[in-house]
Amino acid sequence: MAQNAFSTRGITKVYGEGRSAVHALRGVDLDIPEGEIVVLLGPSGSGKSTLLNIIGGLDRATAGDAFFQDQNLSEMTDRQLTLYRRDHVGFVFQFYNLMPSLTARENVELVTEIARDPMEPDAALAMVGLRERVDHFPAQLSGGEQQRVAIARAVAKNPTVLFCDEPTGALDSTTGRAVLNVLKDVNEKLGATVLIVTHAASQAAMADRVIHFADGGIREVVVNDTKLTPEGIEW
Amino acid sequence: MVSPLDHKILRDLWRMKGQALAIGMVIAVGVGMLVMMTGLVTSLNETRAAYYERYRLAEVFAPVTRAPDRMVTRLAAIDGVSAVEPRVVGAALIDVADFDLPVQAQAVSLPDLRNPRLNDVFLTDGRMIDSDHTDEILLLEAFAQAHDLRPGDRIDATMNGARRSFQVVGLAQAPEFLYTTAPGELIPDDARFGVIWMSRSALAAAYDMEGAFNEALLSLSRGANEAAVMDAVDRILDPYGGTGAYPLADQASNQLVSEEISGLEAAAAGVPPIFLAVAAFLLYIVINRMVQSEREEIGLMKAFGYTNTEVGAHYFKLVLAIAIGGALAGCLLGIAGGRALIQVYVAYFKFPFLVFQLDPASFVTGVSVSILSASAGGLLVLRSVFALTPASAMRAPAPADYSRTGAIGHTLNRFLDQPSRMVLRRITRQPARMAGAMIGIACGMALSVSMITIYAGFDRTIDLTFNVIDRSDIAVSFTHAASEETIFNLRRMEGVTYVEPVRHVPVVLRNGLATHRGVVAGLSPDTRLSRALGSDLVDIPLQNGGIVLSTALAVKLNIRPGDVLTAEVREGRQPVLQIPVTAIAESLLGSPAYMDLATLNRALREPNRVSGAYLSIDEAYATEIYAALQDMPTVAGVSLKSQAEVAFQTLMNTGAGAIRYVMGAIAFVITFGIVNNAARIAYAERSRDLASLRVIGFTRGEAAFVLLGELAIVTLVALPVGSVLGYYLSFGIAAGFSSELYQIPAVFDPASYGFAAMVVLGAAVASGWLVKRDVDRAELVSALKTRE
Ligand SMILES: Nc1ncnc2c1ncn2[C@@H]1O[C@H](COP(=O)(O)OP(=O)(O)OP(=O)(O)O)[C@@H](O)[C@H]1O
Ligand SMILES: [Mg+2]
Repeated sequence: MAQNAFSTRGITKVYGEGRSAVHALRGVDLDIPEGEIVVLLGPSGSGKSTLLNIIGGLDRATAGDAFFQDQNLSEMTDRQLTLYRRDHVGFVFQFYNLMPSLTARENVELVTEIARDPMEPDAALAMVGLRERVDHFPAQLSGGEQQRVAIARAVAKNPTVLFCDEPTGALDSTTGRAVLNVLKDVNEKLGATVLIVTHAASQAAMADRVIHFADGGIREVVVNDTKLTPEGIEW
Repeated sequence: MVSPLDHKILRDLWRMKGQALAIGMVIAVGVGMLVMMTGLVTSLNETRAAYYERYRLAEVFAPVTRAPDRMVTRLAAIDGVSAVEPRVVGAALIDVADFDLPVQAQAVSLPDLRNPRLNDVFLTDGRMIDSDHTDEILLLEAFAQAHDLRPGDRIDATMNGARRSFQVVGLAQAPEFLYTTAPGELIPDDARFGVIWMSRSALAAAYDMEGAFNEALLSLSRGANEAAVMDAVDRILDPYGGTGAYPLADQASNQLVSEEISGLEAAAAGVPPIFLAVAAFLLYIVINRMVQSEREEIGLMKAFGYTNTEVGAHYFKLVLAIAIGGALAGCLLGIAGGRALIQVYVAYFKFPFLVFQLDPASFVTGVSVSILSASAGGLLVLRSVFALTPASAMRAPAPADYSRTGAIGHTLNRFLDQPSRMVLRRITRQPARMAGAMIGIACGMALSVSMITIYAGFDRTIDLTFNVIDRSDIAVSFTHAASEETIFNLRRMEGVTYVEPVRHVPVVLRNGLATHRGVVAGLSPDTRLSRALGSDLVDIPLQNGGIVLSTALAVKLNIRPGDVLTAEVREGRQPVLQIPVTAIAESLLGSPAYMDLATLNRALREPNRVSGAYLSIDEAYATEIYAALQDMPTVAGVSLKSQAEVAFQTLMNTGAGAIRYVMGAIAFVITFGIVNNAARIAYAERSRDLASLRVIGFTRGEAAFVLLGELAIVTLVALPVGSVLGYYLSFGIAAGFSSELYQIPAVFDPASYGFAAMVVLGAAVASGWLVKRDVDRAELVSALKTRE
């Protein structure tokens, strides 16, 4: 059996204090084996992005441990977390988060510059069908195009783990399928572990493992025996 | 490959080019000023040194009543003396066509048949004198030009009571007469004091100095002990009426040149820091705002694994780009400005040539200081860059909480329309940000206030000097300490309404190591024309036997009322007096010291003697009075106060004091820069809100009102705050402009405050108009799409 890419034990996250405190995560125990595609489903506000932020090394848990391979993220210094993100993590954010003052290519270069073994930025943009738009600024791109730049930026560093927070939220299903294919490629060719948050339940069919989230905790984990290719998914 | 972050810097710079340029300009002006002023000071010092050396200016001057020529060998034998030149000098009066009164002059001898060993002259026109012709003279070029005299002209002059006609054969300059001040006067004036050079034999004949000299010039060998040499000179010349050797540092012309150069030096040291501080402040505001608005980008970079240092360096580079750009522009500006200004000053000091020298250290200082001060502004911001965590930075800041507007809010709501309420709420809910903008504008106000009150300070100096302290019309000086009968003679003249005696005695004042070479004025007890006034402008009684010092002199000698001062008299019996300081007098011109006339005469054991008089006259009789004064043999010189006042004004407007106009102009520019910056930032912070307002149907005017109303309120609050700051700043600036020659007081002048307020309001209106234009032009869609 493969080693775990991630495992978490009793992770809680509380925003704020006292009466206004929000318990975003209420004790999450989770194991994600290396090389899998994992889909996270759950209602809005259930804590999916929060969990992604913590195992992606962007934020710290209020309590509990999160392991990447055998390193405890909760015990890492800020500097170690920075190196973890730099060397291993690819991120597609829910709100694209492109740098408005950089072109599409430069947004990708921003990541490839400090990555250990990156792709060519133009090649990454070509993968998401944006070969023609590399010199455009975010303000000159549509919402879906911006999202694709964000995806190109995440895969271009050849990450060990790839976190995608609603990568197809702004895309029509044809473009969405193309994007999911890119994610599948990264998973198959590079062996990257891929975590996808989505509201489209049908996308769960392409996953090795589906995690159902609700109210700050895991309600159910389903392991798929057979995966569909993105082409076979409808949403 | 150029890093994408460097692309971002270039684009950010381009986007904020207006502000970057404004800040860069402030830095450039500060650095330029530093480079220019230090270059100017270095060049002037070098030029002066070269001029002195080339024309062999003496290092020690030893006046004496009448010493035989054979004493020259004894002087030359003093250890440390490298050359001695004896000469004859004497007071003269020159008749000039364009003045009612003859002009005082000094006649100076040049050796027959050889060049002077010391104090050579630089012939600018005509030829040298031929010692066979006793009526040939050289005239000081500046004096000749002031009276339109040329080689070939003849002039009449009175020497030692005898009037003679002379042939001007040449014009000359000399390092010892860069500035010429008539005896008994404080203000140098080319037109009112002349220098005549003639052959030693001719001059000795005129002043009964054959075979003798009345001034010895000495130069020193390297490493000589100046004080020891002067002591030895005094011992040798004492039996012949030596009145004390003095060093070049105390020589009148050189002293004035030094004063002026150190005035420039003070400006060079004092002004650039203000600019750099302003620049650091502006940079802080701009970069801080930029970091606030780029929280998400910062979070993103951190999320991708950029370290704090890398992200910090990114913003720091931006600061550096502006600082270095500004500093380099400043260096160029400084070189260009220095080259232009040095010409003006070379002409002003009458140096015959120029040694132009830039101080390379000033470039290094300028660039590094501007980088440092910019960094100080930048570093404060970096702290907040470091503090952002990737996850928190990627959530837009929570909308500001406007819910608690309190009880006043409800009352106001009934009277105010929606846009006015938005203005008020923003000001009350974001007090820190508003305070920042307000302090910035207040600093601009303070700078303007303090610069404008300085102009009033200069006027006050003139007014106090010529209308309050000295209320006479004419000052007369006598050839020697005359009897009081002279005063009675003056009183009898028709048209003379009041006469007041004065006795000026040359002294060296000492307190510990501090010394001052100057004059004590003995005034009569009921003095009305020339007065010693306290800081409240009330007459200080002199009868109690002590000495009253002007503020500048008390500071120089580091002495307080009640302390005892040593006064070495350099006249007559040359007694050394111990006198208590009884009071400090307000004086803005020179460094006068006052005593009671009778007390002074008693101390000198020369009762009832006067050396001059102050006259108040009826203007209708002016011509007759001038003529009568000319005919009085005891009168050595007459000076008209109106002329002295003009000369003083000229001095303050051409020398170091002239820098105040440059500084004033720059203060206005900075003020405008600060106000404009505040308006720009307010606009940038709110452009999205404004666009939203427009989208939901507000007119352009209403949208602009939300922004400009805020600017207006902030500006109005800044005015009183800036006035208070400016009041205190004006003390510092006034001190910077004060020298030993004249002092500038910090005055509270309401008109200046009003004018400064107009400047700030004008800047606010202009900035508001510029911003309004941008609001009108803004495209709604792009304003909504971009994050700022
Ligand atoms: N910085 C914060 N401060 C306070 N509460 C927060 C903060 N960030 C998130 N929350 C709260 O934590 C809970 C979980 O938020 P999270 O963003 O993880 O939800 P999500 O599952 O990603 O939802 P969505 O599908 O809408 O993106 C929510 O109730 C949210 O309001
Ligand atoms: Mg989410």
